[in-house]
Amino acid sequence: MSRFSRILSVAAVGLAAAAPLALAPPALAQDAPEGAPEELVIGITAFLSGPASVFGEPAQAAADMLIEELNAAGGVAGVPLRALYVDEGAGGEHVLSEYRRLVQEEGVDAMFASISSGNCNQVAPLAEDLQMLNIMWDCGTQRIFEEADYRYVFRTQAHATPEMLATVLYLLRTKPDFQTIAVVNQDYAWGRDSWNIFLTALQALKPDVEVVAELFPAFGSPDYSAEISRLSALRPDVVLSTAWGGDLDTFVLQSAQRGLMDISTFVLPLAESSLERLGTDLPEGVIVGGRGDHYFLHPEKVGDADYDAFVAAFREQTGAFPIYPVFHVAQALSALEGAYLGAIEANGGAWPDREQVVDAMAGLTFAGLGREVMIREDNQGLEDQLVGTTVHDDAYDFAVLDNMMIFDAEDVTTPVGAESVSWLSTLGPEMLELEVDSFSHTGP
Amino acid sequence: MTWQLAFLATLDGLAYAALVFMVAVGLTLIFGVLRILNVAHGSFYAIGAYLAASLGIAIAAGGLSPWLTFPALILAAVLVGTILGTLIERALLRYVYLKEDVLQLLVTFAVFMILEDVQRLVWGVNPYFEAVPLRLLGNISLGGIFYTNYQILVLPAVALLILVGLRLFLRTTLAGKLITAVTEDREMATAIGVDTGRVYLITFVIGATLAALGGALASPTTSLVPGMGADMIVLSFAVVATAGLGQVEGAALAALLIGLGRSFAVYLMPELEVLVPYLVMALVLLVRPEGLFGVAQRRRI
Repeated sequence: MSRFSRILSVAAVGLAAAAPLALAPPALAQDAPEGAPEELVIGITAFLSGPASVFGEPAQAAADMLIEELNAAGGVAGVPLRALYVDEGAGGEHVLSEYRRLVQEEGVDAMFASISSGNCNQVAPLAEDLQMLNIMWDCGTQRIFEEADYRYVFRTQAHATPEMLATVLYLLRTKPDFQTIAVVNQDYAWGRDSWNIFLTALQALKPDVEVVAELFPAFGSPDYSAEISRLSALRPDVVLSTAWGGDLDTFVLQSAQRGLMDISTFVLPLAESSLERLGTDLPEGVIVGGRGDHYFLHPEKVGDADYDAFVAAFREQTGAFPIYPVFHVAQALSALEGAYLGAIEANGGAWPDREQVVDAMAGLTFAGLGREVMIREDNQGLEDQLVGTTVHDDAYDFAVLDNMMIFDAEDVTTPVGAESVSWLSTLGPEMLELEVDSFSHTGP
Repeated sequence: MTWQLAFLATLDGLAYAALVFMVAVGLTLIFGVLRILNVAHGSFYAIGAYLAASLGIAIAAGGLSPWLTFPALILAAVLVGTILGTLIERALLRYVYLKEDVLQLLVTFAVFMILEDVQRLVWGVNPYFEAVPLRLLGNISLGGIFYTNYQILVLPAVALLILVGLRLFLRTTLAGKLITAVTEDREMATAIGVDTGRVYLITFVIGATLAALGGALASPTTSLVPGMGADMIVLSFAVVATAGLGQVEGAALAALLIGLGRSFAVYLMPELEVLVPYLVMALVLLVRPEGLFGVAQRRRI
C-alpha cells in the first residue's frame, strides 16, 4: 500500500466513524417542555481585564466548560444555554450600560452580576427596576440584603460576614492565647469593610486582644517594605490580610523573604486563590480561607468522580487548579438550572415565565462543586466555610491545607433581618463551642 | 518615633525612591527634549519588568547559572528601550512633534492602551513573581530587622549610578551636550545645525531604557500584574511635576521626598501613606509653581 492510499484509507475510516455522530439529531432537544425557547441566554459580568482578572478569567473558563458540559447533556430541560460576558474591568458605568443593553436589547433570560461589590451595589437596584433575575455570583459585600429587600436579586454564596467570622473562630480555636494583632489590608471598600467585620467579631469573642497596627496600603501597591519593617519592629502575634491577587502575592513574598512570617502567624482569608502561584514561598502554618468551602482538594469531594473529572479537565484547559471564583460560578449555574427545573415542575411541565423562575429561586437548594447551598428567605445563600492551615507536601509544588475545619453556614451567617456588625458585637463565648467538621490533609 | 524607627523608615524610603527615580527621570528627560508627556512610559516600565521575569524563568528552565539573572535584568531593559523605543519614536511620535499638546498626549495614551493589551496577550493576567536576583544576595540584619541586600544596597546604588552617569553624559559628551542644547533652546539648536531628529530619537531611547530598567530592577521585588504600568505612570507624573519638568536632579530629590514621606507615614500616620506623593506635590507646587528645580519662563528669542 502506498503512503498516499494509506492516508486515504485512514481518512475514510475516520469519516465513517464520524458520520453517525454528525447525522444524529441534537441530544434530547426534542423533549424540551411546551413553550420552551430555542436557547437560554445569560449575561455574566466578570473582570476580564485589570488586576481582578485573576478571578474573572478562571471563572469565565469554568463557566464555558460547565455550559458546554450542560449542553452536551441536553441543556436546561432540553434547552441549550449560552453566556454573554461583560468586562467589569472597564468600570462601573460600562457594566451598568452593558447590563441594560443585555437585558433590553439582547433579551437575556438571567444575569450573573458580579465580582465587584461596588458593581453589585449598583446592579441590584437596576435588576429590580428591570425585573431581571439577577444572581450575585461572587461579590462579598454583606450590605445588599441587610439594607433593602429584593425580589429579583439573589446571592448564591456567602458574604463577608460568615467568611470573616469563620476565620476568627478558626484563629481562636487553633491559637487561643495570642495577644496582639496587626492588619495590612488594601485601601478600598473590601479592605476596610472586611477589617471592620473581623475586628468586631474578634473583640466580641476575645475582648483583651490588642490591635498594634492598622495599615491600609494603596490598592495595587508594588512595595510593602515600610509596612514589613514596622511589623518586624512591632512583632505582633498575628498578622491579618484580606488582600488578594497580585497584592497578596507581593505582600506574602516580601514578608517571607524578610523573615516576618517566622515572627507572626499570618491569617489570609483569601489566599486559597493564591496557593498555586505562591508556590513553596508560602510557608507552613499560615491560616488560609477560600470564601466558602472552596478548595481544589475539598476533603469531602475528592474521590467523587464528577468532581475529580472537573478538576482534571479544568487543569487541562487552563493549566491551573480551580480557585474559589470557579466554584462560585458553578454554584450560580447550578442554582439557575435548579430554579428552571423547579419552575417547570411547578408549572405542570410547561416552560415557565420569568416570574415563575424567580419564585422557584426562593428556598432553592443546590450544589455546585462543593457542599449544598440554600437560598433563605432574604435571598441570601447559606454557604459553609472552609478554613485550614498550610502544610507542605512533596506531591505538590505549592502549599496545601491541613487541619481544615468546615463551619456550618447557619452558625456563622448573620440572621435574616439583622445587621452584620451589630449582630457580631453581640456574639458570646458559645460561638467557640460550635460543632465543626474537621479534616486533615491526606495526600494526593 | 525613636531614632531606631526613623532609621528603618529611611532605609525603606531610600529603596522605594530609587525605583521611582529611575522611571521618573526617563519621563522627565523625554519631556525636556521632546516636549511630549509620554503616557506610554508606564508601558516601558511594565514590559521591562515582564521581560526581565521571562528571561529569569528561561535562565532557570535552561539550567544556567542563576547569577545570569543580573545581566538579564539589564538586557531586558536595553531590549525594551531600543526596540520598542525606536519603533514608537520613528513610527509614531516624530509625526506629531509639531501638533498640539493634546494630540500628542492622546497618541501616547493610545500607545499605552495598546501595549496594556499586548502585555495581556503575551503574559496573561496571572501575577508573575521571579525573585532569583533578590534571593541570591540574601538578607542583612539592621537594627534587629531583616532587609534584603538587593533593596537596601543594589537599588540605591544603581539609582545613584544613573544620576551621576546622566550628569556626566549630559555635561561632558557631545551627544549629551546636544541633548542639553535642545532642552535649553530647541529653535536655536536647530538653527545652528543640530540634527534634532537624531537627538529626539536618542533621548527617547535613553528615557525608555531607563523606564524599562526601573521595571526590570523592580521585578524581583514585586508581583507583575496587569495595570502595574498605570500605577507607575501616575506616580512618575507626581515626581516630575514636583521636580520641575525636564529636571534630572530635581527628579532625584522629588523621588527621595516622596519615598521618605511615604515610609515615615507608615510609622507616624498610616492613613496618609496613599496620599503622600500628592501631598508632597501639592505642597511644593504651592510654594514653587514651576517645581523644585523648574525655571519659570525660558527666554524666547
